[in-house]
Amino acid sequence: MSSLITDLTVPPAVRADRLARANASGANTRGGEAGSRRVFVLPYPLTVVFTIGGFLIAELVSVFFPQIAPVTFTEGELWIFLLTGQEAYRGLLVILAIAYALAGIVDLRSAQKRAYYRSRAPFRFAMGIALALWDIAGTKLQTLPQPFFPGPAKVLEAFVTDGGYIVLNTLYSTRLFIAGFIVGVVLGVVTGVLIGWFDKAYYWVFPVLKITGVIPSVAWMPFALTLMPTPFAAAVFLLVIASWFPVAFLTAQGIKSTPKMLVEAARTLGASTPYILFHVAIPNATPSIFTGIGMANSLSFLTLVISEMMGQPGGLGYYIDQAKAWSSYYKILAAIVVMAILFSLIMKIIEVVRGRVLRWQKGLVR
Amino acid sequence: MSAIELEHTAGNSDRTPADAPHGVNPELSIEHVSREFTAPDGSIVHALSDVSLSIFPGELVSIIGPSGCGKTTLLRLIAGLDKPQDGTLSLAGEPIEGPNPKRGYVFQQGSLFPWLTVEENIAFGLKAQGIYRERKADVARYIDMVGLRGFEQAYPHQISGGMAQRVAIARALIDHPDVLLLDEPMGALDSFTRADLQDRLLDIWEQYHMTMILVTHDVDEAIYLGSRVVIMTPRPGRIKEIVPIALDARDRVSDEFAAYRKQLLKKLHFDAHEVHAGNSAAVAASVQEPATVSGWDTAKKED
Repeated sequence: MSSLITDLTVPPAVRADRLARANASGANTRGGEAGSRRVFVLPYPLTVVFTIGGFLIAELVSVFFPQIAPVTFTEGELWIFLLTGQEAYRGLLVILAIAYALAGIVDLRSAQKRAYYRSRAPFRFAMGIALALWDIAGTKLQTLPQPFFPGPAKVLEAFVTDGGYIVLNTLYSTRLFIAGFIVGVVLGVVTGVLIGWFDKAYYWVFPVLKITGVIPSVAWMPFALTLMPTPFAAAVFLLVIASWFPVAFLTAQGIKSTPKMLVEAARTLGASTPYILFHVAIPNATPSIFTGIGMANSLSFLTLVISEMMGQPGGLGYYIDQAKAWSSYYKILAAIVVMAILFSLIMKIIEVVRGRVLRWQKGLVR
Repeated sequence: MSAIELEHTAGNSDRTPADAPHGVNPELSIEHVSREFTAPDGSIVHALSDVSLSIFPGELVSIIGPSGCGKTTLLRLIAGLDKPQDGTLSLAGEPIEGPNPKRGYVFQQGSLFPWLTVEENIAFGLKAQGIYRERKADVARYIDMVGLRGFEQAYPHQISGGMAQRVAIARALIDHPDVLLLDEPMGALDSFTRADLQDRLLDIWEQYHMTMILVTHDVDEAIYLGSRVVIMTPRPGRIKEIVPIALDARDRVSDEFAAYRKQLLKKLHFDAHEVHAGNSAAVAASVQEPATVSGWDTAKKED
């Protein structure tokens, strides 16, 4: 029991770091005695150099690799700076290198942080190398088909020349997403609890949910656009449908799967039926609810972009649609980059909330 | 109805008498209780048939018998988790209508709420009844009683099976039950943990003079803990015999203990043998009470 608890208090990353250091020091002092396991561990300062090395190589490629293909960069205004995509790209690489170096210094504090930083080093190095290769293939030699796959510098140029407009559309998308997704999830949890708990609701509502739920919500778009007062309201409506179904379905399933024994235990402890609903059935359903929210999340991204491409006055989907008309593929890539960041951020927020709510599951499931 | 009164009547050390002492009203009366279940194929399964039993205040009664003899069904009826078709059950003269914290129930295993810590699990009953604020201090006391200090913030999956059962016992005891019902609480534990938990249970029983009913399939456990051992038989489930236990000391290796063990095993052997045939072919029928019923349900069909 005690070992179990100590194990719990020591995260695996720390143990890994301790083991690595123990092995490294053993190799140094004993100088490869017979039987000692020799594991080469890069000293920490060199790990930091290795981490930022990829970005530095990308920087060198950008500056010194000969520009073979004819590429023209236009200047744009970024905040108070007037610069081209090329300059923005070089600046970004320097910023990334400095940021990771600083992170390396900050992570020096604890063994756990050091172990984490160490574990991320190869991937971060690879990111820099990937940028360098992309730069060569997309900008320097342009071996990638143009104008569909411009280099990283050209993509960044979309931000310097068109940044304000991208921000505006990003805000539009965020607002639309938050409104539709939150309403959908709340409605989904409420219907799911009702269906899962009350047999009457299950009988009447569940079949309807099962049939309407499988219809991709964008199929309702013509109706939504005609019947809703504004295009924004129409898109919110579609997002609500998209997130409502998976959340309702999985919430109902979670409530239904409440073990009989837990309900009986609660009853013998003096719990009333409403108390059992809120303190046994709903907590039991939370892992399932979060699975539903995860599904709703990805369906919502899809619905968001598609509905923006068709009949919205703004948003990243709308921005892509516009850029396509002008064959500005570097702008489409820029919008895709923003989506990747925005959607990852939203997923990260949901993941953090999930981790907090389901912290009792830690160690119970993988 | 104190324990002193009982001791006087019985003239026994700390054990309550085997037979109904004169002048003492039973705390729990079970009168002509029958419970049937309908199997999926429509056949009627007699889980309990005309069972009568009186349990006196401060008694620790073990109920033993092969699977399908209805011992768990009987305990569930006492808890109010199930209702009989015939007969009455009453606690201190009050008919049993439904579950009540006055009749604490300890399940076999896995009855802790996995999303609550040890402390929160124990406090569940107090919170559910809205008396947590007044009795908040009791939670720590009951954690101490079952020896779980230092594990208050652990979640059920982080503690061992024996510890989990101690939490389940504390969780039932904090509601100050008149009767503690134990449904094979040590069934899933290894023999060392089991012995430890048995002694803890005895300590609690002696300290609080509480009435306890223990369902078990372990002969040693039934003798070691029980002041009376109720032997039940299946097809249909009914009480075969009640064996009073009067050990001078609770010693698992004494000759006295061995004698009781031999006696009980003899009484159980024939029935146990019969049930085996049914068990081997047991199908997990989705009857309301599969654990209790499936074993001899199949046996019945073979008849």
